[in-house]
Amino acid sequence: MKLHELTIRKAQELLRNKEISSQELTKAVLDRIAQVEEKVGAYITIASDSAMKEAMLADKEISKGNIAELTGIPVAVKDLICTKGIRTTCASKILDNFIPPYDATVITRLKTAGAVITGKLNMDEFAMGSSTENSGIKLTRNPWDLTRIPGGSSGGSAAAVAADMCIGSLGSDTGGSIRQPASHCGVVGMKPTYGRVSRFGLVAFASSLDQIGPVTKDVTDCAILAKVISGYDPSDSTSVPRDVPDYPSFLTKGIDGLRIGVPKEYDTAKGLDPEVLAAVTNARKVLENLGAQCVDVSLPNTEYAVPAYYVIAPSEASSNLARFDGVKYGFRDKDSNNLMEMYKNTRSKGFGPEVKRRIIIGTYCLSAGYYDAYYKKASQVRTLITEDFRKAFEICDVILSPVAPTPAFEIGEKADDPLTMYLSDIFTLSANLAGIPGISVPCGFSSGGLPIGLQLLGKHFGEEVLLKTAYNFEQATEFHKKKPEI
Amino acid sequence: MEITKDDIIHVADLARLDMDEESIRTFTVQIGDILKYIEILNNLNTEGVPPTSHAIVLTNAFRDDEIKQHIERDILLENAPEKENGSFMVPKVVG
Repeated sequence: MKLHELTIRKAQELLRNKEISSQELTKAVLDRIAQVEEKVGAYITIASDSAMKEAMLADKEISKGNIAELTGIPVAVKDLICTKGIRTTCASKILDNFIPPYDATVITRLKTAGAVITGKLNMDEFAMGSSTENSGIKLTRNPWDLTRIPGGSSGGSAAAVAADMCIGSLGSDTGGSIRQPASHCGVVGMKPTYGRVSRFGLVAFASSLDQIGPVTKDVTDCAILAKVISGYDPSDSTSVPRDVPDYPSFLTKGIDGLRIGVPKEYDTAKGLDPEVLAAVTNARKVLENLGAQCVDVSLPNTEYAVPAYYVIAPSEASSNLARFDGVKYGFRDKDSNNLMEMYKNTRSKGFGPEVKRRIIIGTYCLSAGYYDAYYKKASQVRTLITEDFRKAFEICDVILSPVAPTPAFEIGEKADDPLTMYLSDIFTLSANLAGIPGISVPCGFSSGGLPIGLQLLGKHFGEEVLLKTAYNFEQATEFHKKKPEI
Repeated sequence: MEITKDDIIHVADLARLDMDEESIRTFTVQIGDILKYIEILNNLNTEGVPPTSHAIVLTNAFRDDEIKQHIERDILLENAPEKENGSFMVPKVVG
């Protein structure tokens, strides 16, 4: 048995029965990282020393019989979630020396549940991108094919889970940044409902769209991790005071009679790869065989989601990223003679090209004379898109679609063409605009052996329905059992 | 509405970004394409549609007005690029 290959569920059991110790498990994961990191490049910071110390403490707790959901289990975290005492870079040069003086609420929750933090994972700089190629720190490769991108922006989170370099991880999703890399790396990833998981300590990209979520080896682990990180937090004014269901207990409920909506606009989406369409169509049949009932639904404003998103997200980003000015933390250009020069030199040297592009788009959309034409217009379209989902969910419980139009593309393939890269988010970003939850679960492989993901979208606070549906699908198929050879 | 080189320079200045000639040229083309694409939003009639700024509507998240212990000044200043006497230091602002 290779310990680094364990799921959260299996590790819980072995730790509880004292068949393994957390120190053995953590050591196995750290050894695995040492073995494959050079090829995969998932980690920005490996927290070996603190992880082994946490594992030792976990073993003490276990010997006393104090076992919480994640006691002794190695989890890694996307590098835009603040970890007290562990460098948090957002994969940006502007923060490459930033050591947070506090933990994000999700980190406090992980620690309270007993998790061991193995380190911080690579991403597109400030979560802006769909391939992790925009990282200002390093390149992450897809464990299934090292010449391809892992997806993004949580590329490190998905690659690390796929390559068994952690037992589970956290990512963040602003327009598909958990679901799309999960799909490309053949793992499970969920974006919870907006307000379900606290954003306190998550470095903001687009505050009204960002949400932290789990990336895991299977759906059971996704339910376990989602339960740990969810819940009301008074430190986040957009956190919703609402009880968190016991997600794992919903998994084994059947899906007989479940109504699955299939949006007619999605099958004809431009650039949809026939192999992806075939895998998703097959998934639909599997779900029907399990007793679900497919119904046609319409999301008529689908084609407006991408343009609305690329006004709203950059606008919010341009405002959020104003705080990186070289004064309070992070990089400062030391050769400037006055304050204005210092601001400009610091930001120009500290941010990478995609971040600058989005700051400029956002600043333009919010600037005098253009606000109504862009930001207000996009916010109105957002209302229409949300309405589309509300109407669709009157006749269905879950919406089924692809996650990404194609399997993982080659490194460098779209790097010079930001608009084409933006268009690949077509299936995922509507969920962020509407604030609804979405999950990606493995549903096939391309002829080239690359993983394909199935997306299920649910009603606000309907995570348990998504998890139950995804679990039933997973148990009826074998896709999640295959592992990449690195 | 075509975006020009001067627009990019102006907006970059508002955002406190300096750019070389080549970046300005590339950005003018790329951002021009993106904004042109965004214009398809105008095909949609949104008259009378209220804008959405947050998907989940919450109003007034109040907390009690209590004094709480926060992170100490010196700890917060540990990340400062330059500091002196418990303050952030910045280059000359006026004159």
